[in-house]
Amino acid sequence: MDLSAINPVLLLASLMVAATPILLAAIGELVVERAGVLNLGVEGMMIVGAITGFAISVETGSPWLGFLAAAAGGAVLALLFALLTQVALANQVASGLALTLFGLGLSSLMGQSYVGIKPPHFAEIDIPLFSDIPVLGPILFAQDPILYLGLALVAGTWAVLKYTRAGLILRAVGENHDAAHALGYKVVRIRVLAILFGGACAGLGGAYISLVRVPQWTEGMTAGAGWIALALVVFASWKPWRVLIGAWLFGGITVLQLNLQAAGVAIPVEYLAMSPYLVTILVLVILSADKSSAPASLGRTFHAST
Amino acid sequence: MIALEKRPQPSQVWSVATPVIAVLATMVFGGILFAVLGKNPVEAIRTIFWEPLFGEHSFYYRPQLLVKGAPLVLIAIGLSLGFRAGIWNIGAEGQYIMGAIVGAGVGLAFYPMEAWFIFPLMVIAGALGGWVWAMIPAVLKVRFGTNEILVSLMLVYVAEQLLASMSLGLLKNPEGYGFPGSRNLQQYPSAHNADLIEGSGMHWGVVAAMIAVIFAYVLLNRHMRGFHIRLAGEAPRAARFAGVSPPRLILFCMGLSGALAGLAGLFEVSGPSGQISIDFNVGYGFTAIIVAFLGRLHPFGILLAGLLMALTYIGGDIAQSQMGLPAAAIQVFQGMLLFFLLAFDLLTNYRIRIGKAGVA
Amino acid sequence: MTVPLLSIDGLTKAYPGVVANDHVSLEIQEGEVHALLGENGAGKSTLVKMIYGLVKPDSGQMRLRGRPFAPPEPRAARADGIAMVFQHFSLFDALNVAENIALGMEDPPPMRDLASRIRAVSETYGLPLDPFRTVGDLSAGERQRVEIIRCLLQDPKLLIMDEPTSVLTPQEVRILFETLRKLRDEGTSILYISHKLEEIRALCDHATILRLGKNVGECVPSETTAAEMAEMMVGSALQAPERGRRAFGEIALDVTGLSVASPSAFGTPLRNVHLAVRKGEVLGIGGVAGNGQDELLAVLSGELPAEPDAIRLNGVAVGHLGPTERRRLGLLAAPEERLGHAAAPDMSLTENALLTGSVRENLERNGFIRWDAARAFAQRIIEAFDVRTPGPDNAARSLSGGNLQKFVIGREVLQNPEVLVVNQPTWGVDASAAAAIRQAILDLAAGGAAVVCISQDLDELMEISDTFAALNEGRLSAPRPVEGLTVEEIGLLMGGAHGMEVAHV
Repeated sequence: MDLSAINPVLLLASLMVAATPILLAAIGELVVERAGVLNLGVEGMMIVGAITGFAISVETGSPWLGFLAAAAGGAVLALLFALLTQVALANQVASGLALTLFGLGLSSLMGQSYVGIKPPHFAEIDIPLFSDIPVLGPILFAQDPILYLGLALVAGTWAVLKYTRAGLILRAVGENHDAAHALGYKVVRIRVLAILFGGACAGLGGAYISLVRVPQWTEGMTAGAGWIALALVVFASWKPWRVLIGAWLFGGITVLQLNLQAAGVAIPVEYLAMSPYLVTILVLVILSADKSSAPASLGRTFHAST
Repeated sequence: MIALEKRPQPSQVWSVATPVIAVLATMVFGGILFAVLGKNPVEAIRTIFWEPLFGEHSFYYRPQLLVKGAPLVLIAIGLSLGFRAGIWNIGAEGQYIMGAIVGAGVGLAFYPMEAWFIFPLMVIAGALGGWVWAMIPAVLKVRFGTNEILVSLMLVYVAEQLLASMSLGLLKNPEGYGFPGSRNLQQYPSAHNADLIEGSGMHWGVVAAMIAVIFAYVLLNRHMRGFHIRLAGEAPRAARFAGVSPPRLILFCMGLSGALAGLAGLFEVSGPSGQISIDFNVGYGFTAIIVAFLGRLHPFGILLAGLLMALTYIGGDIAQSQMGLPAAAIQVFQGMLLFFLLAFDLLTNYRIRIGKAGVA
Repeated sequence: MTVPLLSIDGLTKAYPGVVANDHVSLEIQEGEVHALLGENGAGKSTLVKMIYGLVKPDSGQMRLRGRPFAPPEPRAARADGIAMVFQHFSLFDALNVAENIALGMEDPPPMRDLASRIRAVSETYGLPLDPFRTVGDLSAGERQRVEIIRCLLQDPKLLIMDEPTSVLTPQEVRILFETLRKLRDEGTSILYISHKLEEIRALCDHATILRLGKNVGECVPSETTAAEMAEMMVGSALQAPERGRRAFGEIALDVTGLSVASPSAFGTPLRNVHLAVRKGEVLGIGGVAGNGQDELLAVLSGELPAEPDAIRLNGVAVGHLGPTERRRLGLLAAPEERLGHAAAPDMSLTENALLTGSVRENLERNGFIRWDAARAFAQRIIEAFDVRTPGPDNAARSLSGGNLQKFVIGREVLQNPEVLVVNQPTWGVDASAAAAIRQAILDLAAGGAAVVCISQDLDELMEISDTFAALNEGRLSAPRPVEGLTVEEIGLLMGGAHGMEVAHV
């Protein structure tokens, strides 16, 4: 065992990387849930995003196009969910599970010829001068653009929800869809848009795993990240900045256990690999007492009957 | 303009017809998918649905139907009770693994002793293993209000890691030349869940599945507890008003579904699979969710749906070896089935009216 | 004659199985308070939803100041100066007052300006309101103020008010009327929907009466008696329930020092509630919605546990018992919400009969259900209470509100309760069903049962109860005999104007 092999600066830098996929997926799901919809298909949308992004990057040689395609892929899958729950009025829990099962199958079908390939390298942005700052430089100022996009999305979502009319309407729809309908807001349209946004974010998160974090394609590679993202939204009490904190926490645990594995700690690998999931459960237990901040219409089907 | 109109009460006809329509729609769209993959769609559909039942080698495949169907039905019956009550145990895969580990562990503890009581003891241990694993999310939900969906799912990943750890460590076959995996229970008569009639595929798991179907039917249709389960799912406030205690219901439904999933794991590990290994679980716990919905959460429906799903597994294997159809295509096919089912379910509760719009 | 503000001509709207509005015509003049009068289910809501752009008419026209008017959505109606105060469903509990108001406006100013405008308007019209309070924490009267101010901020030409007084104390009603009269004097027309005749006579200049979707008459309320209007509204004279003189027996239900936290986020906790009901007595509990009625019913039915001694049934402590055990001892209840609480919407009437009847009617044996007996019990309820349905196999949601309510009340009454607790027994029910239900409650009491009737309808309470108490912010006033109680006194028991001075108008 050699704990000195763990470099704290590198650890923090890779923490940010490890946090980004669940951060992206969670911020998307947060918007969906604030609109009153529970989409349990995050895992499915992430993995489809992962393979779509990977395949397009490999075919075009451009990671940017890859991420774009991943967002589109996630959104297309989300559209299926939107059709099921908003048009066909299907149960949201069942539809979300269907989306995950379908996405897992679809991704492995799509990914058959991409196993074992290396994707094109996605360059980090080196912010001049800042990146040379010791310690903070490599952690904060020498990361890739999507990581910054994730942070920007958190800030953007927070600002939109808090300060804009669009955000107010979105919250209103999630809070009481009957009242929103009575005031003339298009509940279904708003929710479909939110679901698509959530899908695009999950797709980006998935592609971040296959293009940056690993980078490689293997079946089922999201390994529950989508579910952790869902837990993160609960953890965050539906507040954007808390999602960021949560994502870093989970990123930290993931990176730490990987580092401990590499350092050859006496704990068996399997038990270290369990830790992110166990921590998720623990966090859920601690934070579940307060449900008051959950959107009041969350998971309920809306049908304008009159 | 198309408008939806809620029916005064759910349509009996559509509730039976929707699964059939969903299967047909899946065949059509699945066929298109296979065509896109460059396979002859008619041939592929025929291979999946016809070959195992009536093809040349059906004598071999038909017993497989029971072997693959039994765990699906067993798990799906348990899940369906919870789903009816609005309790979402989606971690059956983990409970299945834990049932197998604990059950096999008990059996292997007696190795090489031969005794009549070993297998029954393993059955109890298997059920207990699944039960305990399901009681974790149940107790957390009752005690802390934790979301059972997320917790039960997280525990699948934990169980998978435990499985890996067991097959590499504690339960590893000491005579296995260092290969991962436990001793093969098929070669340990006291612990072997053998075919009751040689070559029929009819092992104890099949019997358990049949009993579970009948038990669930009686529970739901004749017993107050079953009535309360349905009531809690349809109108939770009315259920509390009727005197149903939500915590007790959660513990019952989660515990029962966990125990049944654990049993499925035990029968699998002691029978068709034979040993604890890293890739022991093949996703029955998740496919059972599809089975439960496809069977409309009705015990006999689940029985049929389980057999149908088993058919797609077997037919998928045949299509893979004969036509080179990727295994994942079958997974997509199954997912598609659930989609169509949920979509067409609309017709059970709503009427579609085409004409002038009523709602602005 | 001048051009009316809004003229409606031959408006028709049909839903499957029912014509909600059948060639309805009416005219609302500038600066008048126009009443739309009718029973539950007469089609009042459908009509105003068409004016507000929520529902599109099948045929017929509307004209606003002479110009054709057909709002495709509420936004368009609002742009044309139509504003509406809803009876239900249009506030967002988790948002604050200013956010709620902004959501109902087309081009809301920035939050800070909006807040000061809210303060200004609320001063002018005597409707005090803090823009930054969370709506879920407000009383029913305050919530209504939010809606009214939301409308006033848009300078409406026509203000639609849907049953506005059902959530107010008599004192609050008076203040509201002052506000509405002031608005009228400033030139705003008001379409006032109600089924309370005295209110309409006090406030309205003109009335249109709807029955079963049809316009059946018009009148000037101040020149028409309540009885005449009632007859137009109902179509026939109704019999008031009979109540015989009864002697009260021993105390059947005794509640002492009952305090319970509310299970829901924006609910009202019960604070130190005392009450006693004797055999043969009907205790009426009044109060504005949201003052602890749901909690009181839940704690008496057994859904909410309490201290064992806080609730005694015939001397036996039952506070800790659940609904089933209490039923076994004879304490039965019927909650306000029919669909989803008192009954399961998608289940058959047989199953719904089983829902509360399993213990007292012996519908189960060793946990196994006796379906034949359950079906027979459902059939008995249907027959005894004249529930209009093809049979006990029909789903609860297929029944009309009045029929389902008769079923729900009948289910409890037929079980011969020692004590029956009902909440809003005739809410949203047509007049004949309401009369039948009230009669059944009185008959039950005459047979020696103790009845607690929680209701927001004061007329109903005056009609059937022997003693009256009011719930206000989770506290129950001391019960008083109904005889000799004035409306003014009742209003004060209900909390008066809730700390509000009479408007400075």
